[in-house]
Amino acid sequence: MTTTVAPTASTPAPSGKTSGRSGKPRAANLIRMLPLSPAIGLMLVFLAGPILYCVYAAFTNMALTGTGAANVKFVGVDNFRKAFGSGAFTNAIWLTLVFTLISAIIGQNTLGLGLALLMRKSTKLVRNFVGTAVIGAWVLPEVVAAYLLSAFFNDDGTLNVMLHAVGLPGQDWLYAAPIIAVSLANIWRGTAFSMLVYSAALSEIPKEIEESAEMDGAGGWRRLAFVTLPMITRAIMTNLMLITLQTLSVFGLIFAMTRGGPGTKSQTLPLYMYEQAFSFSQIGYGTAIALVMLAIGAVFSLIYLRGLNSEAA
Amino acid sequence: MSRKRFKVAALASALLLAVTACSQGSTTKQPDAGSSQSAGPAHIKIAYQQWGPGTVMKNFLAGVKTEYEAANPGSTVEILPIVASENDYYTKLQLMMRSPNTAPDVVYEDTFLINSDITAGYLKPLDDYINKWDQWSQFQDTAKGAAKALDGKTYGVPDGTDTRALWYNKQLFAKAGLPEDWQPKTWDDVLSAARTIKQKLPGVIPMNVYSGKPMGEASAMQGFEMLLYGTKDTLYNNDQQKWVVGSQGFKDSLNFIKTIYGEGLAPSPKQALDPNMGSKVGTELLPQSKLAIDLDGSWIYSNWQKTGAKPWPQWSTVLGQTAMPTQDGSGKGKVSLSGGWTWAIPAKSKNPDAAWNLIKTLQTQKNATKYATDGAQIAVRKDVADDAGYKNSSKSTKFFTDLVSVTVYRPAFAEYPKVSNEIITAMEAVMTGQSSPDKAAKNYDEAVEGIVGKDKTTSGQ
Repeated sequence: MTTTVAPTASTPAPSGKTSGRSGKPRAANLIRMLPLSPAIGLMLVFLAGPILYCVYAAFTNMALTGTGAANVKFVGVDNFRKAFGSGAFTNAIWLTLVFTLISAIIGQNTLGLGLALLMRKSTKLVRNFVGTAVIGAWVLPEVVAAYLLSAFFNDDGTLNVMLHAVGLPGQDWLYAAPIIAVSLANIWRGTAFSMLVYSAALSEIPKEIEESAEMDGAGGWRRLAFVTLPMITRAIMTNLMLITLQTLSVFGLIFAMTRGGPGTKSQTLPLYMYEQAFSFSQIGYGTAIALVMLAIGAVFSLIYLRGLNSEAA
Repeated sequence: MSRKRFKVAALASALLLAVTACSQGSTTKQPDAGSSQSAGPAHIKIAYQQWGPGTVMKNFLAGVKTEYEAANPGSTVEILPIVASENDYYTKLQLMMRSPNTAPDVVYEDTFLINSDITAGYLKPLDDYINKWDQWSQFQDTAKGAAKALDGKTYGVPDGTDTRALWYNKQLFAKAGLPEDWQPKTWDDVLSAARTIKQKLPGVIPMNVYSGKPMGEASAMQGFEMLLYGTKDTLYNNDQQKWVVGSQGFKDSLNFIKTIYGEGLAPSPKQALDPNMGSKVGTELLPQSKLAIDLDGSWIYSNWQKTGAKPWPQWSTVLGQTAMPTQDGSGKGKVSLSGGWTWAIPAKSKNPDAAWNLIKTLQTQKNATKYATDGAQIAVRKDVADDAGYKNSSKSTKFFTDLVSVTVYRPAFAEYPKVSNEIITAMEAVMTGQSSPDKAAKNYDEAVEGIVGKDKTTSGQ
């Protein structure tokens, strides 16, 4: 009974007669596509359109001023050749990787996991307090967070005052070690996301498994390494993928804190791209860099996806 | 039935797209309608850079607006202050000029950028207007050439020019035991004075030379080119019509930057890399006697006039001016560079005729004199230059006007803004200690070869 009812129920009620009779799968598919078509149309115009335009621009000499503004010419892979031959670009790639490694893969990820693990064991009061503090940093608008942190890292900012108070020498963080300063800032701002992902994943682990591991005599670290972590591998991979992609494209935080400087000491790819496209008017070159950034993001995603799949297999 | 339904939906979505397309079409058509009625009353948008606390241009334009609206009933002038630092101003202006919907009718263009924007097709040639204008003969020939493109057409009306030299604080010099009538003959003379200040007057910044990306063209021109053009080298070889790379003068100039920032003779690099450095020098460091020597433009005293951002009547007695010497005193012995700004009409302006009328109002003898005086410009109109009010407007006017005899103009070709960006990138790398002058110069050479093509470069002397 149920099996025969199901197909009729699944067809749209008003047009049930015709589509049921015709049995043409293509027509049925078209009808199902119908309600989606405005959305697809909008996506094509406003999402795919700019992306395609960006790909096109990356292969031209498009500019805001000069010859590239009057007649846009196709220049082949010149922009990419220029990028890979330029010291400023390799510097930007290098800084982007350092920034991503320190602030996302090491910082946000492990700190988020650590917080999630500790909060599982703590009292409700501590949990609420820590949760509010960490998520507060995440909820703040980017520019506000960047302003707070540049005040914190400033030459006579809070951090140096605290260091001096305990007798340690301070340093001008934003000037002497800008990439470290912006990485720490990004950790401060982004840890909440990892913490939330891991808290959710950890709460999915059945209590019995951990209890039986404990009965078998596994200590805290062994339980973590052989029971807890393997059970949340999927969450780890998903989280790494998301925070890596987010961190690769961080712009506002660094721009507001250091503008990529001093010199180019904190000029990651998004800042280099902005400078070339909007400060130096080279739109074509800027979009070429954006495509390279897209490729780097894709490589990271592939690695993580492979990690996810091998886990699933 | 289903097919009909599909058709209806397809039609609906097609309509939706058509509607958006239509709305775009109709807005882009407006300028045509607008330009046909330009002779009558019009709404004119005029854009200029407003950055920092300065209000000279703002007040000047407000006066012109009132005057124009009174003379042309029904017309309105909308003043668009573009609040942005040096480089951002050009970017915002270029973005506005790209579309007829946002293009202002009159724009304030720096002469260094105007060729690039002309090549970009942003500006309208003004020859038809200028030929019928009885005031054009009042302009000096060099000024007339400032906004003339390679095609021989004129694209802008200059409102003033400028020269550059060293400003120094006589009181601080006296305290440090330096001569009040300071006449440095070489770079070393400048450096030794700065070193004396550093030694004798702790807490005072010995010398300011603009440097690095945040200050944009000010770094390239007031800073770097004032050094480079005092060496035996230049940016551009006029005889060969090629850009100069690999020159010793370029490295020496970067070395000067390295010396002053490395030895603490300049503001800390962090201070110098503040995008507000320009207004900070004019409104804080100089008036508060916290800076002894400033390599800067002829116009900076406009900050200290009654109408300026930081009225400081004592400036004319406290500050002295002296020419920037060449590297070793050779050549003419002193160096200066000139630039200046022009009023131009974007190609996509909806009311070019009315815009030209507004430019004529901006450039009446009375208004030109007012701006040259309040804005501390070096006059480009002969009648303004002869005006007694202008001549006596400031103690420094004569000094800076005399520098016109040694002044040099930038190679303001379409590629210049890109080359200028490479100069400030090299400066910033050197001043922050990120690169050695040799390495920064090498990066500059490679970048310039990439910008203009290797066949358009030549090696230095």
